[in-house]
Amino acid sequence: MNPVPATGLLSLSWLLIALPLAGAAVLLLGGRRTDRWGHLLAITTVTASFVLAVLSTVTLAGLDERSVGVDLFTFISTGQLDVSAGLLVDPLSMTFALLITGVGALIHVYSVGYMAHDPARRRFFAYLNLFVAAMLLLVLGNSFVALYVGWEGVGLASYLLIAFWYTRPAAATAAKKAFIMNRVGDVGLALAIFIMFTQLGTTSYAGVLGSVGLLAGGTVTAIGLLLLLGACGKSGQFPLQAWLPDAMEGPTPVSALIHAATMVTAGVYLIARSAPVFDAAPAAQTVVVVIGAVTIMIGAIAGCAYDDIKKVLAWSTVSQIGYMFLAVGLGPIGYAAGIAHLLTHGFFKAGLFLGAGSVMHGMGDRTDMRRFGGLATKMKTTFVTFGLGYLALIGFPFLSGYWTKDAIIEAAFDRGGVSGWVLGGVAVLGAGLTAFYMTRLMLMTFFGKPRWEDGVHPHESPAVMTLPMVVLAVGSVAAGFVLVQVAPLADWLAPVFGEPEEAAAHVVPPLVVSVLVTVVVAAGALVAWLAVGRRPVPTTAPAQVSFPVRAARNALYADAVNEAVFMRPGMRLTRAAVLVDDRGVDGLVTGIGTGLGSSSTRLGRAQTGFVRSYALGMLGGAVLVAGALLAVTAG
Amino acid sequence: MTLTNYLVLAAILFTVGAVGVLVRRNAIVVFMCIELMLNSVNLTLVTFARATGTLDGQVIAFFVMVVAAAEVVVGLAIIMSIYRTRRSASVDDANLLKY
Repeated sequence: MNPVPATGLLSLSWLLIALPLAGAAVLLLGGRRTDRWGHLLAITTVTASFVLAVLSTVTLAGLDERSVGVDLFTFISTGQLDVSAGLLVDPLSMTFALLITGVGALIHVYSVGYMAHDPARRRFFAYLNLFVAAMLLLVLGNSFVALYVGWEGVGLASYLLIAFWYTRPAAATAAKKAFIMNRVGDVGLALAIFIMFTQLGTTSYAGVLGSVGLLAGGTVTAIGLLLLLGACGKSGQFPLQAWLPDAMEGPTPVSALIHAATMVTAGVYLIARSAPVFDAAPAAQTVVVVIGAVTIMIGAIAGCAYDDIKKVLAWSTVSQIGYMFLAVGLGPIGYAAGIAHLLTHGFFKAGLFLGAGSVMHGMGDRTDMRRFGGLATKMKTTFVTFGLGYLALIGFPFLSGYWTKDAIIEAAFDRGGVSGWVLGGVAVLGAGLTAFYMTRLMLMTFFGKPRWEDGVHPHESPAVMTLPMVVLAVGSVAAGFVLVQVAPLADWLAPVFGEPEEAAAHVVPPLVVSVLVTVVVAAGALVAWLAVGRRPVPTTAPAQVSFPVRAARNALYADAVNEAVFMRPGMRLTRAAVLVDDRGVDGLVTGIGTGLGSSSTRLGRAQTGFVRSYALGMLGGAVLVAGALLAVTAG
Repeated sequence: MTLTNYLVLAAILFTVGAVGVLVRRNAIVVFMCIELMLNSVNLTLVTFARATGTLDGQVIAFFVMVVAAAEVVVGLAIIMSIYRTRRSASVDDANLLKY
């Protein structure tokens, strides 16, 4: 289905990207002159983008043909490769644009307070604007190449922002780790694009997704698996999940915007956007589902054991994106559910991170939950907004997470057969673990006796920080109900994914699923209360613990596995290559050079400076030539 | 007088000249030896020219004389300047140009 050409307001969609990009350019090129008003400019550009996105969405909703193309310019034109830069405005891309600019604008406002005392605040806002621009390009581009440009752009912005406090070695290392692990995934995405080009000669969504049927089954599966590799890298999914918790070294607004609400969900967008590819490749789809299920468990288990408030939230993000992968891997019944969970997760996880940032702000940048406690009375607004986000995340009935997570769990059961039961079981178990670790986080942070270090005086954050938290808390409460019940997202996304199909017969009735999940969630919360709410929390983590706890504290040894399987052999390979290069290639070249040099030095000894010896040489030569001539003529 | 006698004389002169170049140190003597070799060659050329009744050999002999004269001019000038700087005409003393 080719998009119709844009008219009117929608032909200005490029402004969505251009505004934040211009903001970033002004702030980065303007230097110190922009220090005083830089953050205001950044907020203005993102807010303007948000307003434009709202207007565009309204315009789009009024159209009959809800897939609009905006041609910009020819990006690459060489031989058979012809890539035109253009935008695709359809319900899916506008949904993401609203999330990115909306949550982005709130987090920009929050950052004004959070980064108030940072001397490099202007640079921070420049990078945030750059990120928003790149992320919008990622979701609005009309081809896989445009997506790739945005994909690398957000990777760059993520790297710059994780390493924002680059003088801290931990931050610099975390940024490099994120960048390198993302590279692994990006190679997959690039290879997928190469295959599309060689097999179909085009990379535009309309061209590729419309002609999936022309490809051989193996090719489609290969494209699907390579796209999945890219998605896993960007979204912190198994086996590339280890970078995301380390990325928490960046400032907290960055964690909220990039590593919770938007960038890490790009993988879900990629899979949802490539839906026809995955629908045609059941094997790849199965891998998506398995990766989603495995990641749900990894994230939830690791989240139970960490004491760093941001790392718990990061593992929670990993786990929740696992739910989204599970959903989009289930095929047509799951796409809308996955995107809906992505949106509600964007609200409540961004809210939770901003809350965590507010707590850190009040506690002098400490993140160890064992030294928190009893903050509910000291930071009332933070407590209430964080609490609402918490309830939304664990799936408290009728809040956001309840609607969207239950939809995914139902879809998992509806897959049918043994795999449906396994996936549904994993999803339900994951919900229980989510309730456990989030309740543990709540109890350790806001309840119990204060375990503050000396000299820490918790205080509520300024209004510029609490206001975005309140807005996001409202979203956490209401978004799920709105997206599932009032204005179903599935209907809005129908032009992209097709009409929502109601499962013929539910394997497990929805009511049973809801009750089951609620019971499991309550059980998880109860266990957490028994563990940390009922008795005092030690200020240092117990050292004598069982093996499962040790494994969870080490994130199931993902780093150790990466180190043993990839890093060390990789280092050995590199060293061997360096050795071959030094001794073999370089040895050959320098050997020839030194050989020539030393032989010419030795020949130079013949130049004695004695004229008579030269004369003897000449005579000998002449005799030799004459003798040779004689021999030839006589013979 | 046969042709052979001339040629033998020329060969003897050439050998004397060549040995002189190799064994004598005095630049002037070396120079004279070179002249000796050139003139032995001239003798050979003229001999063959006479034997064959053509003029080619004689013409080349004239050329050799002209070149020898020019060479003497340049060579004696070099020897003079070496002698002035080193107070010696020995070819072994002028050995700066070496490895």
